[in-house]
Amino acid sequence: MSQRVGIIGFGQTYHRSRRDDVNGVELINEAVRAALEDAELTIDDIDAVVIGNMDHFEAVNYVDTWSVDGSGAWMKPLIKLTTGGTTGSTLGIAGYHHTASELFDVVLVIGWEKNSESDTTGAIITCSDPIFDRFSFSGALPGLAVEASTYMKRYGITEEDAALVTVRDREHGANNPYAQLQKPVTVEEVMQSPMLSWPVKLLDICPRSDGAAAVIFAGEQKAKKLSPRPAWVLSTAVRHSHSYFGDINYEEIHTMQEAVKELYKNVGIKEPLKELDVVELYQPYSFAGLKWIEAMGLCKPGESPRLLRDKVTHMDGELPFNPSGGVICTNCIGATGLLRIGEAALQVMGRAPGRQVPDVNLALSTGFGGAYWTDLMLLGSRPW
Amino acid sequence: MSVHLEENIFYDGRIRMPYKWAVGKTGSFFLTQLRDHARIWGSRCPDCEMVFMPPRKNCPRCLVTDTTWVELPPRGVLETFTVVHFNEPSLQPMKPPYIYGIVKLDGADTGLTHLVNEIEPDSLWPGMRMEAVFKKANQRRGEITDLLYFRPEGGARQ
Amino acid sequence: MTDIAIVGAAQTGYRRRIDDANFSEMVYEVTSGALADAGLSIDDIDNFITVSNDFWDGRTISSMAVQDACGSSYQGGRNVSTVEGDGTFGLLYGMMRILSGAYKTTLVVVHCKGSEGNMRQITNGMFDYIYTRPLGIEATAAAAMQARCYMDRYGLTEEDFAHVSVKNRGNARLNPHAQLAAEMTIEDVMTSKMMAAPLKIHDLSPISDGAAAVILADRNTASKLGRKPVWIKGIAHCSEAHYLGDRDLAEAPALRDAAHRAYGMAGVENPFEEIDVVELYDAYSYMEPLWLEELGFCPRGKGGELTRLGATAFDGPVPVNPSGGVLSAHAVLVAGLARVIEATLQIRGEAGERQVEGPVELALAHGINGPCGQSHCVVILGE
Repeated sequence: MSQRVGIIGFGQTYHRSRRDDVNGVELINEAVRAALEDAELTIDDIDAVVIGNMDHFEAVNYVDTWSVDGSGAWMKPLIKLTTGGTTGSTLGIAGYHHTASELFDVVLVIGWEKNSESDTTGAIITCSDPIFDRFSFSGALPGLAVEASTYMKRYGITEEDAALVTVRDREHGANNPYAQLQKPVTVEEVMQSPMLSWPVKLLDICPRSDGAAAVIFAGEQKAKKLSPRPAWVLSTAVRHSHSYFGDINYEEIHTMQEAVKELYKNVGIKEPLKELDVVELYQPYSFAGLKWIEAMGLCKPGESPRLLRDKVTHMDGELPFNPSGGVICTNCIGATGLLRIGEAALQVMGRAPGRQVPDVNLALSTGFGGAYWTDLMLLGSRPW
Repeated sequence: MSVHLEENIFYDGRIRMPYKWAVGKTGSFFLTQLRDHARIWGSRCPDCEMVFMPPRKNCPRCLVTDTTWVELPPRGVLETFTVVHFNEPSLQPMKPPYIYGIVKLDGADTGLTHLVNEIEPDSLWPGMRMEAVFKKANQRRGEITDLLYFRPEGGARQ
Repeated sequence: MTDIAIVGAAQTGYRRRIDDANFSEMVYEVTSGALADAGLSIDDIDNFITVSNDFWDGRTISSMAVQDACGSSYQGGRNVSTVEGDGTFGLLYGMMRILSGAYKTTLVVVHCKGSEGNMRQITNGMFDYIYTRPLGIEATAAAAMQARCYMDRYGLTEEDFAHVSVKNRGNARLNPHAQLAAEMTIEDVMTSKMMAAPLKIHDLSPISDGAAAVILADRNTASKLGRKPVWIKGIAHCSEAHYLGDRDLAEAPALRDAAHRAYGMAGVENPFEEIDVVELYDAYSYMEPLWLEELGFCPRGKGGELTRLGATAFDGPVPVNPSGGVLSAHAVLVAGLARVIEATLQIRGEAGERQVEGPVELALAHGINGPCGQSHCVVILGE
């Protein structure tokens, strides 16, 4: 009962602010074919399909059954999961469970979004409780802005500190041909970008993208047979702990703290900064690249700006973050968490041309969404 | 929690969201041909050779993308149908009763779901030959409803 | 055979409108009920699956509404995920998570309020928006085309379908959870209001509100509990093509495939002989005989006859939907998990007045997703 699981293939679209040349099903198919090609498989080799997005971004009900022509799930086991921003990481974790359960041996996981087709904020606002939260504290920005200002006040963090995070990820994104934003920016440019909700400015936050990602998971024997260097799933942890935005303690990101505690314990990590080799952080805005890495235990609270200034989390640093450019450069929401998993897998497999971190043994990917929820998946070069 | 309940309160909500769905190049060719020439095109898979209606960029069975265009005649066979009697003005294209049917065009392997008209429901039977009726050229807008409906081949039958 | 058991279950009554509880309160009620039924406390649950749908709930990230109520945020939070689809799929994923070795128990909880949205607009939203939605098609018109196709292929009649409604609404009289329970005649169904020919209003399931929860446990945990575990002996799911015109609507190959694999796991060779009770997703009357054929309870085209001859009656050799089925209560998403719960109660011998005769050793429960049963999940439960 239960088997080890490795990632053996990853495919993604070239992410853009809009893809007018394809519809949603066709966009999905691009990622699926790329993943199959990457794993040198055909659709006949796939035992089950897992798919998800956020319904109200495209107004498609039952995306799983609607997208069969693109996903290749015709006459296959098919399931849909959706959890908001964490959808992509939720999907990856579900792909792992499908395979680890031994019910399926080769599982195709697809996350996608065509954010150009609707009003992203208009849709996100409907995530808030309709009676108590929706009229006021709604959508993605208010929570983030409150978190940022609370954090700044408590530890004397500056807007310039946060800008360093954007600058780092935009620099990294320039190395990733799939990223939507590939042009580096400066601290000055971030500081001068339009204020959205103080202290969060336009260049502090992620864009919205059209794009899809597909990751192929395989059981231990299959993975060893099909891939020279699978990215093994070592542990996952999930906390979706709040229903109301008012319930959140904005001073801490409690879900990240709890999730890393479980995950580090599962695999015996004591000094994450030293032991992890690369992190793909679901970082919807720059301040998260400071506060949340403290919650991950990389440094003491309030000390993260030093890690940024010392370039510890840059490509050549001790623990590179977001070699892909991360969410700051690309955000096709239902795919975003799965892109983190796929990019982390590429790092472990040694197949991230232009953005490869040398000798990756442990790669952590995260997901963020809902009411400050956190998902984690740790990948490794060895299946134990 | 114990409460003395006097009434249950309801909130009226409506999610009003504008959407703009990209049809994609494949569907755009199909719809512009329908709009500009009242012509119907399906897609053929080079591997399994199935002809799909509506056309697909990739074969849904084989996933290959080098599908080719096949023009289909505006005629075919009624596979099944229903006469809708309930009222849902927010959705329905006309006042009930009206008819939906699935018509497999000659040369296609899959059927097209559409409206059926110009016939009394009692005279309809699966297997019946049908033909497409298009909107007038100046009224066609590049939508599936540019094909107005199917009717019995040879014209109205009451 | 899997090593996973259902050790607790609870469901609300299904009503046209539950107006004194919101989603989280319904979820809290069935979560507490399932824990009490299992003899467990929330401390014993290390994994959660919520099932909801953003369209039915009128809310993006609909699962947000119930994270607290289901207990997933208890004490620093627990591992949780959300399936959007029928509750049987939630059960399936919950089971996978235990089988992966990561968890010992899983709470699966589903809610839906059909009363709060517009069923026709919501089901129109599951069709492709380029070629199909502009026609105004929704679940019932699509189902009517499937019913017609099925009748024409095999010579079934509207009366055949009426028999199903009469049987299931009649069975519902013994089920206090059911919403529609009635002693009806074939004529009552035949003369009821035409909705989308050949389907009349009594061929349709009602719009319902409700919630349901089950608790799954691994073998070790299940065997330590006082209550008799009900084992998931087989489970499988499968989807077919999306466009109605791509499908042969008189058949359900995805159900056939799922049944084949679920039977394989459970070691079922002859379902009619081996399965003691069946709870099917009969959203429309015609679905019950069609699904029974694809599940191998009779040859193709003989589903109507099976019902007419009484084989599926409450006191027949294979009672189908002794609870009254989905025709008697249809809280979307919840309905599939309700089938699982009804099958569980039958195996435990705790189905009260609706308990079928004789020992129930093996039961089948079933759920669907998408138009006209595009995707199916088959669950075989046993002692």
